Order: sequence, then structure tokens, then C-alpha cells
Amino acid sequence: MTTNVPASACPVLRWLLSLACLLGAGAVHATGQPPVPDTLQQRIAACTTCHGLHGEGSQDGGFFPRLAGKPAAYLALQVQNFQRGLRKYAPMEYTVRQLSPAYVHEIAVYFAAQQVPYQRKPVPDLAPAVFQRGGQLVQAGDPALKVPPCQACHGKTLTGTEPSVPGLAGLPYDYISSQLGSWRTGTRASAAPDCMAEIANRLAPSDITAVAAWLASQQVPPDAHPQPAGSITPPLHCGVLEGQGGGT
Amino acid sequence: MKSLRLLWVPTVFAIMVIAAWWWHHQRSSVGPKAEDPAVAAAMKDAKVIARGRYLTLAGDCVSCHSVAGGQPYAGGRALLTPFGNIPVPNITPDPETGLGNWRFENFWRALHTGMGIGGEPLYPAFSYTSFTKITREDAVAIFAYLQTLPPVHQPPEPLGLRFPYNVRGALTAWRAMYFKSGTYQPDPKQSAAWNRGAYLVQGLGHCNECHAARDTWGGIDTRASLAGGEIPAQNWYAPDLSMQAHGGLHGWTGQDIVDLLKTGQSSKGVAFGPMADVVASSTQYLSDADLHAMADYLQSLPARQPQVDDALRVSSKAVADRGAAIYGQGCAACHGTDGQGVPGVYPPLDGNASVLEPIGVNATRAVLLGGFAPSTAANPRPYSMPPYAQQLSDADVAAVVTYIRQAWSNRVTPVLERDVIKYRHTPVD
Ligand code: HEC
Ligand code: HEC
Ligand code: HEC
Ligand code: HEC
Ligand code: HEC
Repeated sequence: MTTNVPASACPVLRWLLSLACLLGAGAVHATGQPPVPDTLQQRIAACTTCHGLHGEGSQDGGFFPRLAGKPAAYLALQVQNFQRGLRKYAPMEYTVRQLSPAYVHEIAVYFAAQQVPYQRKPVPDLAPAVFQRGGQLVQAGDPALKVPPCQACHGKTLTGTEPSVPGLAGLPYDYISSQLGSWRTGTRASAAPDCMAEIANRLAPSDITAVAAWLASQQVPPDAHPQPAGSITPPLHCGVLEGQGGGT
Repeated sequence: MKSLRLLWVPTVFAIMVIAAWWWHHQRSSVGPKAEDPAVAAAMKDAKVIARGRYLTLAGDCVSCHSVAGGQPYAGGRALLTPFGNIPVPNITPDPETGLGNWRFENFWRALHTGMGIGGEPLYPAFSYTSFTKITREDAVAIFAYLQTLPPVHQPPEPLGLRFPYNVRGALTAWRAMYFKSGTYQPDPKQSAAWNRGAYLVQGLGHCNECHAARDTWGGIDTRASLAGGEIPAQNWYAPDLSMQAHGGLHGWTGQDIVDLLKTGQSSKGVAFGPMADVVASSTQYLSDADLHAMADYLQSLPARQPQVDDALRVSSKAVADRGAAIYGQGCAACHGTDGQGVPGVYPPLDGNASVLEPIGVNATRAVLLGGFAPSTAANPRPYSMPPYAQQLSDADVAAVVTYIRQAWSNRVTPVLERDVIKYRHTPVD
């Protein structure tokens, strides 16, 4: 892969298309155009500008979600959902609009294979009772609201389950609460029956704050790989799990 | 502009009254009950159906008649126009909500004369102003193919037009001014290929629906055919397609046209925005012979008048320096300090039609949105450009776009910060 690295002031970074490096390397480019690396990373400069070179997501508030290490089928499905208008974020819808399924799959596999340490994200300052409520929802659910424990699908250590359930560990507070909010307002949806839409609608707004805060306050386990496929029995029907699971 | 618009309203009203009366008389003729036997036979012919599939792709019917994530050809989408939203109907053979009960004569009337099954005039957001050039034989093939699609039950969305545009009768006035029905008439002085190309470009390909200027009433001035125009409500500019002196594609070869339409990319530029959709859902599927024919025809478009050169309204030195600096830091790595790009990978910006178009919207939005060339069979894994909307301020975008519009051999007007502000908030669909 590194054979194409052009001989410039900072080859590796440049190959990775670091903006800072382009600053210094622009002049070299002017004369003999070094060959453009024929790598996926070079091709997907648009994605990595927002999601980070390795899909690490934005480092500050967490507006651009992390893609690294999430199950490939989950990532590919999300891109498809943006193409189909089930998920909304205009700049991304524009970016992915005319990408073929094969290309989307290749890109998803790339991000799924990236291993980047999780960064600690800010957690809002809330009363201990709120965190307690959050922990309870994640580990035990709330039978009165018919909300199953999040762990039942997202895995014991909340690192997700292959092939289609993403991890919740290490996600920032803002991202979790905005995604649950999107399910309630219909700007995020997935294959029907959309179990996450049901769960998000059964939770009270204060519960969303609570789970998001509790999840964001947890340490990511040392092994952040998703659990193997088939290791869960989903308590609700989820379209993305091909109708697996049961309950109401 | 505004007062002119108001003056029009009473005129339109008067014509509407006459139209409503006239339309009442037309409505009675709903069309035949049984299919014409010759058409019925053609519709069962596998060769006709296969040709129909190809022609349907050439007409890009799928792009308007489908909604993202929905069933192809089942409608469900609304087209954004300056007059409001026009829902696109279901053209699958569903008896209740689609063309299931249509006879070929109904279909021919829609395509050729822009009239619906009830005799109602159709909105010209449906490109019948171009499709009228389609031959009857080709229309039979398209109808035959559409009737083989799986029927999808999907009722139409309600009409989202404001008064008075929501009164179909008002279209009669519009049609009288801007629409003349008639199939393509070959020019005997030109080659067969040229005629084929003209037929595809003017008719099925409906290139003129985007690549020509429209007036306040959404009509196209036929004298300005393919001379470029703003796409109303969507904030894109479809450039002049003349390849002669002062033309928008001056310097392009026929092969460049073929490459662009086939792969989404040529040595002169990349298809993006609505053009990427055209390539991805339509032109990439055309045969090389048809694409070369289209290129032949486009090469015969006349030279244009030189633009009145107000490029001398050059930007201040400070803006120019700022633009050059941003270009050097962010853009030169891909597009080259000489603006030549990298063949087959990154488009040149020197002489690029989308950089030079008169209003600067395309380059501004390309910088804000970044993005990929479309994935096509010939270029399945395109390279991409980073979006700069988050990284650059409005002033910076204006500076760098002005820079590329005035660097190298480019000499066109600057882009202002207030334009960038406007384009930053354009919806992407
Ligand atoms: C302009 C910035 C931008 C670009 C470019 C962009 N994305 Fe995104 N992407 C986002 C944002 C913001 C979200 C979260 C949207 C939301 O709130 O649901 C997102 C969400 C996603 C998700 C869902 C993540 C999850 O965990 O559910 C995937 C997968 C994804 N993007 C992949 C891509 C790929 C692949 C590309 C390039 C082809 C790309 N993105 C380009 C900004 C961008
Ligand atoms: C029945 C199985 C199931 C249960 C229980 C469940 N989830 Fe999910 N969750 C899913 C699936 C499947 C997805 C992927 C949805 C998609 O394809 O968009 C998902 C996605 C998510 C996402 C989006 C992650 C991302 O990266 O964008 C969040 C946040 C989430 N779930 C939170 C929760 C919370 C909080 C709970 C507990 C209150 C919970 N989930 C319980 C199945 C489940
Ligand atoms: C630029 C968008 C666009 C394209 C391309 C397009 N259509 Fe349409 N079509 C429309 C709209 C909008 C209407 C509805 C017009 C109205 O309601 O007055 C329509 C109406 C129709 C109708 C009338 C249906 C009815 O129920 O009255 C038929 C038939 C039709 N289109 C066939 C086609 C075929 C065949 C093609 C390809 C050769 C095609 N269209 C391409 C936008 C489009
Ligand atoms: C990582 C490489 C890369 C960088 C950096 C880059 N571009 Fe691009 N640019 C592309 C690619 C690939 C396309 C074609 C895809 C598209 O139009 O979305 C493109 C297209 C364009 C276009 C449209 C022209 C056409 O024919 O498609 C313009 C204008 C443009 N770039 C200007 C700029 C400017 C100005 C900058 C710096 C602010 C810049 N680009 C930075 C790769 C790049
Ligand atoms: C839906 C509107 C639309 C239709 C229909 C359309 N175009 Fe375009 N076209 C555009 C826009 C917008 C651009 C400018 C963006 C770009 O350069 O890709 C463009 C650009 C082009 C370019 C220049 C590309 C470049 O790199 O500068 C060519 C050539 C072209 N179109 C040919 C055609 C032909 C031939 C047809 C008919 C088969 C057609 N277009 C139909 C909207 C359209």
C-alpha cells in the first residue's frame, strides 16, 4: 500500500491527505504531479473530512459520529438509509447519493476494520438519580414502559452485535440523545419493524437524557469488538435483524 | 420584475375562463376502451419491450417518477418549482393509482400533447415539451415496457401549488405560448448519426429542460436552445453545451462528451449535482453509438456571442490574495497549482464549464458540498472532494471561488459573500 507514497516533505501524512501537510506540499505538486495514491482512503476524502481519517468521528462535541469499528453491515445499511431518505442530514445525503451498493459496502468494510482508541467525551452534570435511572434502563429496562434492556441487543458490554446492531459504548451524550430524538421525530428510521423507533417512543424525554448520560459516562471495555452474530435473542422484532426476536 | 408579474395575473385569469370552457368540451374524449390491435401485438413482442426498456432509460423517466427508497416508477415524489410542488404520478401498471387502465392512445396523448387521461392539461414540469419529439413507434415501445413493470399501488400526493397555478385550466395559456407538439423531423442535409443525436438530445434526453434559460413563467425561449440556464428553485446552473467559440464547452471534443455521459467524468470536467443523477440513472446505459451520435449533434451547435466582459469588475487585491492562499493550501493538492487537475482522477478547473458558468453557483456549491463523481459501471469507485462548508467561512468560499474564476485562462465575474450565504442554505434535493 505504501509504494505509491510520493516523495514530499511529509510523505505519510500527505498520503493520508492531511490538510496541514498539503500546506507544505502544495509546491511540490505544482511541478511533477506525483501519482495520486490508488487507495480507498484517498478516494473517500469526502467521508473522512467529516468522520475522520479512520472514522474516529469529531473530537470535540461529537457532531460527526464515529464509524470506526462499527459492524460493516450496520454502516452500509445506514448509508443506504441516507440514500433512501430514511435518515436525514442534507450534506451527507448529497455525498452518498450516487454511490453504488458495491462501493458503499467496500467503504463500510474499511471503516469497520479501523481500530482507534475511544476518546472520553464530556458528560453533562446531572443528579446521581438521573444516572441511576439511565443505568437501570440499560441493564434491566423498564417493564412498565415495555422498554427492554438495551444490553439485550447492544451486547453485554454494549459494544454491539454483528452484523447489524451498533455499539453504544463510547458514544457521546449529544449523539445518543439526538439519535433517539430523531427516531421520535421520524428523521431517522430503519427497516420495518423499526424496533429502535418503538423503544425511543416508549421512553420519556427524561429517560432519553438519563440513558444518554449513563452510556456516555461509561468506560469503553478493553475489547471493543462487537459480539459475534447469533449471540443475542432480541426481545423485540427488528427489521434489520430480519425479523429475529419477539415480544411486544 | 414584481410589477410585471402582477400585470400578468388578470391576463391569466381571463385566459383561464376561456380555457375552462374549452377544457370542458375536450374532457369528453377519454380515449378508446380497447387497445388498437397493432399496438396490442407490439406490446407482446419481447424485442419491442427490450427496446422500450432502453428508451425508458434514455428518457430518465425513473428519476422523476420515483422517490428515494421507493419503488421505481411508482411516483410519490414532488418536484420543486418556483410555483410550488408538483407531485409526480405513479406510472407502473397499477389499475387504480397507475397506468393499469391506460390504452396506448392515452399514453401517446400525455407524452405527445401533454394531456392527461381526463383531457386535463399537464404541468410542463413533466418534460412533454421535449417528449413531444418522440416517434410513435418509440412511444409504443416505452408504453410496452412500462406495462411489464410490477404494478405498485401508490396514490398520488396532493398538488402543492399556490393559486392561481393550481388551476390546470391556466396551463392552456402557457401552452399556447410555449408549447408546440410535433415529432422530430429529420434534417436530410445531415448524417443519420447527427439526426439520431438530435432526436435523443432534443427529445428523449430532454437536455434542454435544464440546459436552457427559463423566463418568469417557466417557459423556454426556443432560440436559446441548449445555451445554458439556471435551474429554478434548485440553485444549479446547467451550462451552455456549445463546443464552438465562446461556447460553454469550448475546447471539449466529441470523445469528452461521450466519456462524461458514459462514465460521469471526462478530461474536461465531472458530472455533479443534477447532472450526476442524469448520468447515473440514464446516460451511462446508452450505447456508444447513441452517445457518439449525441456528441455529433452537440458539436454542431453554433458558436456563441462573446460575453460582455464585466470580469473587469475584478475583486480587490486582498480578496484575490486570500483566494490564492486558500487555493494553495486546500485545493492545489488535487486540482494542481496550474488548475489542470489529474487526468482521470481530479477535474481541471482551468477552462472548466462549471467554474466559468455566468453566475458562479456551481463552483460555490461544489466547494461547499464536495462530493463524489457518480459511481457508474465504467467508473465504479470514483474519487471525491471534501466538503468545505464547515471549514471555510462565507467570505473564504467567495474568495477561493472568485480566485478559480479568474486564475489561469479563466476570466469571469467574482462571486460575492452574499451569494455564498444564499447557496449555503439551498436544500440538496
Ligand atoms: C458533511 C459531513 C459528512 C460527510 C461528507 C459524510 N458524512 Fe456521514 N454523517 C455525517 C453526520 C453529521 C452524521 C450523523 C447524522 C445524524 O444525525 O443522524 C453522519 C452519519 C453517518 C453514518 C451513520 C453512523 C451511525 O453510527 O449510525 C454513516 C455510516 C456515515 N455517516 C458514513 C459516511 C460515509 C461512508 C461517507 C462518505 C461516502 C460520509 N458519511 C460522508 C456527516 C458527514
Ligand atoms: C430489540 C433490539 C434492541 C434493543 C432492546 C435496543 N436497541 Fe438500540 N438498536 C438496535 C438496532 C437493530 C439498531 C440499529 C438501527 C438501524 O439500523 O438504524 C440500534 C441502534 C441504536 C442507536 C444508534 C447508534 C448509532 O451509532 O447511531 C442508539 C443510540 C440505540 N440503539 C440506543 C438504544 C438504547 C438507549 C436502548 C435501550 C433503552 C436500545 N437501543 C435498545 C436494536 C436494539
Ligand atoms: C422532469 C421530470 C419528469 C420526467 C423526466 C418524466 N416525467 Fe412523467 N411526469 C412528470 C410530472 C411532474 C407529471 C405530472 C404532471 C401533472 O400532474 O400535470 C408527469 C406525468 C406523466 C404522465 C401522466 C400520468 C398521469 O397519471 O396523468 C405520464 C404517462 C408520464 N409522466 C410518463 C413519463 C415517461 C414515459 C417518462 C420518460 C420518457 C417521463 N414521464 C419522464 C415528471 C417527469
Ligand atoms: C481531495 C481532492 C480534492 C480537493 C482537496 C479539492 N477538490 Fe475540488 N474536486 C475534487 C473531485 C474528485 C471533484 C469531482 C467530484 C465533484 O464534483 O464533486 C472536484 C470538483 C470540483 C469542482 C467542480 C468541477 C467539476 O468539473 O466537477 C470545483 C469547482 C472544485 N472541485 C473546486 C475546488 C476548490 C476551490 C477546492 C479547495 C477549496 C477543491 N476543489 C479541493 C477533488 C478535490
Ligand atoms: C436535471 C437537469 C439536467 C438535465 C436533464 C441534463 N443536464 Fe447536463 N448538466 C446539468 C447541470 C446542473 C450541469 C452542471 C454541473 C456539472 O458540470 O455536472 C450539467 C452539465 C453538463 C455537461 C458539462 C459537464 C462538465 O463537466 O462541465 C454536459 C456535457 C451535459 N451536462 C450534457 C447533458 C446532456 C447531453 C443532457 C441530455 C442527455 C443533459 N446534460 C441533461 C443539468 C442537467
